[in-house]
Amino acid sequence: MEENKIISNCRLVIIGGSAGSLNALMQILPELTALRNYAIVIVVHRKSTDDQTLEELITLKSSVPVKPIEDKTILIPGFIYIAPSNYHLLFEKDDTLALDTSEKINYSRPSIDVSFESAAEIFGSSLVGILFSGSNTDGTLGLQAIQENGGKIVVQNPLSADMPFMPNNAILFTTPDYVLNNEEILALLNSINS
Amino acid sequence: MIEDIELETLINEVYEYYGFDFGSYSRASLKRRVYRVYQLGGFGHFHEFLSKVRSDPEYYKQMIDEITVNVTEMFRDPTFYGILRKEILPLLGTKPFIRLWHAGCSTGEEVYSMAIMLKEAGLLHKSLIYATDINATVLETAKKGIFPLRMMKEYSQNYRDAGGQEDFSSYYTANYGIAKFNEELSQKMVYSQHNLVSDTSFNEFDIILCRNVLIYFDSDLQKRVINLFDESLAVLGFLALGTKETIKYSISPGKYKQFEKEKIWRKIK
Ligand SMILES: C[S@@+](CC[C@H](N)C(=O)[O-])C[C@H]1O[C@@H](n2cnc3c(N)ncnc32)[C@H](O)[C@@H]1O
Repeated sequence: MEENKIISNCRLVIIGGSAGSLNALMQILPELTALRNYAIVIVVHRKSTDDQTLEELITLKSSVPVKPIEDKTILIPGFIYIAPSNYHLLFEKDDTLALDTSEKINYSRPSIDVSFESAAEIFGSSLVGILFSGSNTDGTLGLQAIQENGGKIVVQNPLSADMPFMPNNAILFTTPDYVLNNEEILALLNSINS
Repeated sequence: MIEDIELETLINEVYEYYGFDFGSYSRASLKRRVYRVYQLGGFGHFHEFLSKVRSDPEYYKQMIDEITVNVTEMFRDPTFYGILRKEILPLLGTKPFIRLWHAGCSTGEEVYSMAIMLKEAGLLHKSLIYATDINATVLETAKKGIFPLRMMKEYSQNYRDAGGQEDFSSYYTANYGIAKFNEELSQKMVYSQHNLVSDTSFNEFDIILCRNVLIYFDSDLQKRVINLFDESLAVLGFLALGTKETIKYSISPGKYKQFEKEKIWRKIK
């Protein structure tokens, strides 16, 4: 990875995705090496009945340990956390996670925008946001908030996305630090804080 | 977004002027909700909002209603209701009289779900369901048992997923976009305003359900509320929380036994 792409002082990588993002995640997560002093939180849209399956699948495939999210779960560097369906996921100042059952936003709960915005407020410049495939506009406003608060934003290359609409929308309305395909995203994650 | 200091000022002023203590609510969610109310009000500055809250008790009440998250469903999490139906109700059914408490019942969808299951188990006649919330407006809706008709498709699916075998539509009358649930169900319900932050125990119960309310509270308040439930629960009674909530950090282990993997605990001493 080129020197100038290496991100330092990162405490959290927050990943958002909708339709088609699971494929990308399944390419990247199994190849990840241990997370250097940062945690990953994954917020993906899905049916509530798929909750167990997604967690099990990622736990099974990922070499990095996965922790389930409950009310007030503490974020610990080195772990992957997956947002449960049917709740919005928010971040508190003391590094705990908060869940909220309020109204769906753009037909989604969890809403990627809501989680991104909340993380941006708490983590500021120590945050990296990555947006993957999907067929709606969720995530764009969230990426904007991350950038405004000093964080880095990454968008999956629409050409490598199963559903390019969501990354395209993000590219249209934000200025991403990087637009990357899956292998490049993997390399970026593995180089963080190195 | 509003500033942290603005939120803290609002919390202090609401306490000072109205005696209501939001100080122990989780900040992340509270901040979003307050921001929403503030935006809807079209204020030019947060000071204007604060002075409106101070000087206009009606507006204050509206604000409280807006800040509390009242989203709810019938038979939300069908697996949970399935366990209640199959495992818990038969245990409660051995008692001559069953007292239930839904704390933070919102508009009552959960309470009607419970009444339907009690009826089907042949237990409704000997049950009394107390249902409380801090928000007086949602309690009015709950009392009427009137819910949007467009939700019935999803609710009847939830009902079947939770093991329901009757014709779900026999429990309500459909009329101009609303579904009015049969009065037979609401006869055994008692609704009243109760604030989990400041009000005390008011009865002894065989089961207390408080789902998706504790997620809005900080750990200290959660401990206090779980203690309130403990005081209000008969030995061998049940406490049921939302799917992502736990009593783990709040009460000495050994006092309660978790029911399989569900968020249901039985008080064993
Ligand atoms: C998300 S709803 C949960 C509704 C239902 N139990 C469910 O799980 O579907 C949360 C409810 O808690 C109520 N609530 C919030 N603070 C409260 C307090 N201090 N005392 C009592 N109820 C409160 C709110 O008014 C709201 O109706």
